[in-house]
Amino acid sequence: MPAFDPTTTAIVIVCLMAGVLGLCGFLTLSERKISAWMQDRLGPNRVGPFGLLQPLADGGKFFLKEEVIPSHVDKVFYVMAPSVAVGTALLALAVVPFGPTAPPPDPVPVAAGAVATFEQAQAEYQNQTNFVLAPGLDVGVLYLFAVGSLAVYGVVLAGWSANNKYSLLGALRASAQIISYEIPLGMAVLGVFLIVGSLNPEKVIAWQTANGVWWLVVFQPLALLLFMTAQYAEANRLPFDLPEAEQELVGGYHTEYSALKLGLMLLSEYVHLVAGSLMLVALFLGGWSLFGLEGFVTHPVWAAAVKTLIVCGKMFALVIFAQFVRWTIPRFRFDQLMNIAWKVMIPLALLNLLCVMAVKQLGWPLGVLTGTSAVLFLGAGVVSVRLSGSVTNPKRKVVKLPPGLPAGVTYAS
Amino acid sequence: MPRTESDVRWVDEPRLGFWEQLYIPAMLDGLKTTIGHIFRPQVRTEQYPEQEPKLPGNYRGVHRLNRDEEGRVKCVACYMCATACPAHCIDIVAAPAPTEWQKDGREKYPETFVIDELRCIYCGMCEEACPVDAIELTTLYDLTGLSREQMVFDKEKLLSVFDQTTKAGTDPVRTRSGRLSVASETPPG
Repeated sequence: MPAFDPTTTAIVIVCLMAGVLGLCGFLTLSERKISAWMQDRLGPNRVGPFGLLQPLADGGKFFLKEEVIPSHVDKVFYVMAPSVAVGTALLALAVVPFGPTAPPPDPVPVAAGAVATFEQAQAEYQNQTNFVLAPGLDVGVLYLFAVGSLAVYGVVLAGWSANNKYSLLGALRASAQIISYEIPLGMAVLGVFLIVGSLNPEKVIAWQTANGVWWLVVFQPLALLLFMTAQYAEANRLPFDLPEAEQELVGGYHTEYSALKLGLMLLSEYVHLVAGSLMLVALFLGGWSLFGLEGFVTHPVWAAAVKTLIVCGKMFALVIFAQFVRWTIPRFRFDQLMNIAWKVMIPLALLNLLCVMAVKQLGWPLGVLTGTSAVLFLGAGVVSVRLSGSVTNPKRKVVKLPPGLPAGVTYAS
Repeated sequence: MPRTESDVRWVDEPRLGFWEQLYIPAMLDGLKTTIGHIFRPQVRTEQYPEQEPKLPGNYRGVHRLNRDEEGRVKCVACYMCATACPAHCIDIVAAPAPTEWQKDGREKYPETFVIDELRCIYCGMCEEACPVDAIELTTLYDLTGLSREQMVFDKEKLLSVFDQTTKAGTDPVRTRSGRLSVASETPPG
């Protein structure tokens, strides 16, 4: 990584933001196309060949529509909310690797010649290309979680300032949901950090590439599952899109928004999805490595391009998978949503973390973790079959009230 | 009569087994269905402006005024359609038929025959009422105009609809175009 240069960084920021925003535009198109194909429709096909210019038309529409600010809203927060939403979403992009990365050199123990070794390591590090905005950030993933949980402010501000019951309900649901799913989201990846020994995504990628084809998904499949689920919930995507449940809440927290403000609200969800998928690629799916195939290209520029393509390809596959899931699974009920977070995902993440700690402590091979993940997953199924009841078949004693009005309640005459 | 607990029948929802409780297999099952639809599409969408729908012959679209074998307007200006019309959108001015027409037993013919297509409700009562099958509803459906006046169809326009649909081979099912019906013939004996 060359020394910090404001111009280069600015160029990278602009490119990354333009790339991500453009990608988000086309994700809306792919979302509509995929839903259409799944439902035996054609999808947008009028603007440009195969509807490829549809995102432009949509964007143009967002710009040209009248920007309504209802008289009953709290104007300051109302205007602030979309910028908070999209700003926090974009901030998360600062630490996600989107191409080849090199981990910063480890500290050198103080000994004779340590300075020379350190200087050499630094010099080598200077020559590496690092496709990440803030390279060598040792709190990397923590920063991502910190900024990611700020996203709830955008939603809450939007819902509160709109002074509309639908918006408020959506915002309440969103805050409960996002706060609940922060916990399994963070806890699921703790195992990864214990295995790798660093919070820096570049180091996680380096650990995985050093291990060849043994990406962390092999050792932490359960964590991947939990992380992915929690990430869908964080991005307010179906099956967790209760904050904006169109069928019951009109538009949820962005009911009162129009034109570009609505566009920004919708955009922030896609940016979340992209950033989350990039993080998932870095943490579990080996980042820019692809079974050693990326090693065949030796020219530095082409190698960087190929690695960027690999990362983006993996990210794109994950995003497309999220869209498959969106159009496959119906929305959860709110109690189911909370049950999944608190009764299933958090215990599973904790137990998974315990397993990682035990394996690290006892020095067992990491392959054991694959087994423990499977055992935990199947065990959760057994537990829910044995212990859980249902609304009509409760495990606990439930007093069934006779039909009609409860005693002491009468109709107004 | 007040209901008691014995009147209430509690129905248990089916219990989820181990496989369903794992949730992921059920999810994959759903994904199999949805992704299957992507690769085996059964799209029935009609690409409308490029691909015209094939409408059944009894569709009730724009009216036409039929011609007889000699290309004359078949209408005998009996006002049956105008009387039957619930929307009062047909306006006919009758006139004595030209002398050579009268040899065929035609006494009257419509001097003007105007249908307000905006007022029409396309119920088909006029073609039901017509004793000589002179007025019919065609399968033309994409009726557009730039003003209200353009949507008031006169005799020439209605006859041109006849020419257009006959040429396109989209005659309505009821049609007996080309010959007058029994009502126009002199009764036997």
